[in-house]
Amino acid sequence: MSLILILEQVLNGLQFGVMLFLMAAGLTLVFGVMGLINLAHGALYMVGAFAAAAVAGWTGSFVLALIASLAAAAAAGALVEVTVIRRLYDRDHLDQVLATFALILIFSEGTRWLFGSFPLFLDVPDYLSGPVTLPGGIQYPLYRLAIIVIGLMVGAGLFWLIARTRIGVQIRAGEADREMIAALGVDISKLYTLVFALGAALAGLAGALVGAIQSVQVGMGEPVLILAFVVIVIGGIGSIKGALVGALLVGLTDTLGGVFLPRLFALLMEPAAAASLGASLASMLIYILMAAVLLVRPSGLFGGSA
Amino acid sequence: MKILKSLAVATAVSTLALAAQAETKIGMITTLSGGGAGLGVDVRDGFMLAIEAAGRDDVEVVIEDDQRKPESAVQIADRMIQSEKVDIMTGIIWSNLAMAVVPAATAQDVFYLSPNAGPSALAGKRCHKNYFNVAWQNDNLHEAAGAYANDAGLKNSFILAPNYPAGKDALTGYKRMYGGELAGEIYTKLGQTDYAAEIAQIRASGADSVYFFLPGGMGISFLKQYADSGVDLPVVGPAFSFDQGILQAVGAAALGIKNTSQWNKDIDNAANVAFVADFQAKYGRLPSLYASQGFDTANLILSALDKADVKDQDAFRAALEAADFDSVRGDFKFGNNHHPVQNIYVREVIQEGDVFTNKIIATGLTDHADAYASECNM
Amino acid sequence: MGREKFFNAGMLLALLAVPLMAWQMDDPFVITLATKVAILALAGVGLNIALGLGGLVSLGHAAFFGIGGYAMGILAAHAQNYEPLFTWPFLFEGSNQMPLIWLVAVLASAAAALVIGALSLRTSGVYFIMITLAFGQMLYYFAISWSAYGGEDGLSIWVRNEMPGLNTLDPIQFFGVTFVILCLALWFAARLAQSAFGLALSAARQSQERVETVGLTPFKLRLMAFVISGAITGLAGALFADLNRFVSPTMLSWHTSGEIMIFVILGGVGRLYGPLVGAAVYILLEHLLGGISEYWQIFLGLLLLGMVLFARGGLIGALLGREVAHD
Repeated sequence: MSLILILEQVLNGLQFGVMLFLMAAGLTLVFGVMGLINLAHGALYMVGAFAAAAVAGWTGSFVLALIASLAAAAAAGALVEVTVIRRLYDRDHLDQVLATFALILIFSEGTRWLFGSFPLFLDVPDYLSGPVTLPGGIQYPLYRLAIIVIGLMVGAGLFWLIARTRIGVQIRAGEADREMIAALGVDISKLYTLVFALGAALAGLAGALVGAIQSVQVGMGEPVLILAFVVIVIGGIGSIKGALVGALLVGLTDTLGGVFLPRLFALLMEPAAAASLGASLASMLIYILMAAVLLVRPSGLFGGSA
Repeated sequence: MKILKSLAVATAVSTLALAAQAETKIGMITTLSGGGAGLGVDVRDGFMLAIEAAGRDDVEVVIEDDQRKPESAVQIADRMIQSEKVDIMTGIIWSNLAMAVVPAATAQDVFYLSPNAGPSALAGKRCHKNYFNVAWQNDNLHEAAGAYANDAGLKNSFILAPNYPAGKDALTGYKRMYGGELAGEIYTKLGQTDYAAEIAQIRASGADSVYFFLPGGMGISFLKQYADSGVDLPVVGPAFSFDQGILQAVGAAALGIKNTSQWNKDIDNAANVAFVADFQAKYGRLPSLYASQGFDTANLILSALDKADVKDQDAFRAALEAADFDSVRGDFKFGNNHHPVQNIYVREVIQEGDVFTNKIIATGLTDHADAYASECNM
Repeated sequence: MGREKFFNAGMLLALLAVPLMAWQMDDPFVITLATKVAILALAGVGLNIALGLGGLVSLGHAAFFGIGGYAMGILAAHAQNYEPLFTWPFLFEGSNQMPLIWLVAVLASAAAALVIGALSLRTSGVYFIMITLAFGQMLYYFAISWSAYGGEDGLSIWVRNEMPGLNTLDPIQFFGVTFVILCLALWFAARLAQSAFGLALSAARQSQERVETVGLTPFKLRLMAFVISGAITGLAGALFADLNRFVSPTMLSWHTSGEIMIFVILGGVGRLYGPLVGAAVYILLEHLLGGISEYWQIFLGLLLLGMVLFARGGLIGALLGREVAHD
């Protein structure tokens, strides 16, 4: 296996990780500030992808589609927060799990009712399609590079928002002590709606970005949701930095594991069996990673106390 | 007790009047909700198109949603057989659901006609006199793809499929006919959506072509990413990833790709021309492979009912075996294991106006029977 | 307390009466539904020991449910093909006898719960939810690619396994078997909650320190509860597989974990009969709504949502008030 191929696979892992970060950031923010487990986060990812596909279909513009995904997911997030989620903040995790599981059913079948049972079309815009040649002769799809850049920019923006702005101060205060920010005169219910809508918008953006190179279909959010949970648990729940590190770790492990494990087994057995066994182990790898991290650090890499 | 989604295909009055007579009850279990619902909806719509056109008031169809869960399919089957006393069952889309339902159903003296899944066990050692497959044995389309690869002079294929039984059968089927070298063989995760790593391996492998079996959303994702990667090796696949239902979601990325199928909308016979026109008129979309299979299944049942009463099992079975109906595929006959012996065509994805669709460019295999027929002792 | 006891007895009687009536009216499918309720309630009773009594929110109980299912599938498949399971270090044949299958299912799922519990219980709160989910997913992906036992296709069995003295193919007799097991499990769970172990476990849920000061280790108590919980859910898995004569990785998926948890929450966490009420209502809803619309899951979602928001303490809590809840 050549060095170039290895580098390309590292890039792939990176891109996958950045995409996971967009999902995980909202999830971890909502948990950190409001203490809420939101299983319906994947549904917001799906809302973003469907909104983008619909708008791209009407207007033909990818930029408008991305804006639509942000707007639709944020709106759906805000609506759900005001009607359902805010009643769950003082409940235990069990009620949250059940209520947000119910939301998944409503969102999934509601989307199918609106858009039908068949996958939707959403494509990479012309100006981002095709491969570019990177230094060292690596051929790499431009669109995937764009995802890496957009993801890192969003990440940087998020860090800036939390470290430097008034809202960021309020969010950090909310994580530390909920009574205190109410005492400071912050409208806490507005802050919560805002944070939830922000997390939803990030998920929607991820859905739209990924939807252009994957299948836009009902249920697309669920596998990603589970991965995003793995990410925030590895990183430490509530920590944006943890989400970033966790996302990259999961992205790299999953991609490189899928590539190298079958090759490793091929040294020991015949190719078809090695391919099958290696693939089996690779699909379990990130869960093994998560279990291992939690055994060494029970609150994740950057977590405080659960 | 549950309110049943019964569709009495007749005027209400005559149904009531004839209920006491020899009525044939057909139970359809298919996937109508969740991610894989598109296929079940197509099979149902194709099936009902034929039933309604026949206008028979002695045939009743009961339709139930299995949610793609084998456990629900088994329970619905139990109910249809035990409580509703259906005579014939059909509808299941997925092999794993078929394996869960079919052996028990046929053992209880119910006819089962598969409109889609064709697992190898049911074609070989575990074949049954009351089980008929109207679509294909699972390996068939893959075998045709392997044969086509030889005809097209491909010598170094890179092949990939999900890591589950149907995926392994697919690659086995391809290799059974394909005579060249393998540049690589990959099993991906079931439900995987990102194929960047696999595409990088394809690029580095020195292959001259790619064969893949990735049904549903997996195939859409792979094709879009493949088209965007700049790897421009020829791609061959089974019809499942290039069917009418999902082709619009793949878009231009699929143009020119060769795929194998036992049916296409341009097969030139009267039954098919009428089917395509009627389906479009009724449902406002082009029929898919699955719709054609549902349509053929219904017409096969109707043709057998014309000859024999379903309660007379031996006579009805003989009528099914004769397969005396106008299939939209043209000639249609069953082999000794009740699986089709049929032509499998090579299609190319084309664009007609705004719509992406297929046209037949060659015949991959002629009068092809499956590899398991000899293991079947019926 | 009296009212809840009365209610519980009524529930059990209803579960017994409905299939008996269906048997009289020759409607075997209703018996099958009742059997499904009894089995899923049993799985919920298992989870409730971890969840209600121990406060351990496990989103990975599908692992034990599936292991129980595969115990039945593997043993029966070997018996069906006359191949021994293994010959070394001793000869172990497959079996189609329910009692042996149950024993293996219970032992296997208890062993899995011991390993998973010992690792997972080092964490708590959300981390515990997620690590149990992760172990469930690990087994799920393993089962999908384990081609020796069917992979994603699963394993199907020709005939239901045998129980000495009974004809298990007769729906009402098989229902009887599951009903008796459910009653035994309910009795056992009630005894467990009142025992010294149960009281200590309950105390550990409310205050870790209080238990430690009397010299008990919360970790050991919880691990014990987790193992018992897993074993009961595993037994339910074996029965569920026998009901369908089929086992597949679907039994291991996180949706299954979610559903078992929904039975418990729907009925009322910590309520002895909560899982029975929850499973009965859920199965009933699934079948009633399924007949109304192709998009029935929307209504199911709305109903569940309404339950969580407006009927705290589950259905039993809503019907009987909250005064008898464990905490």
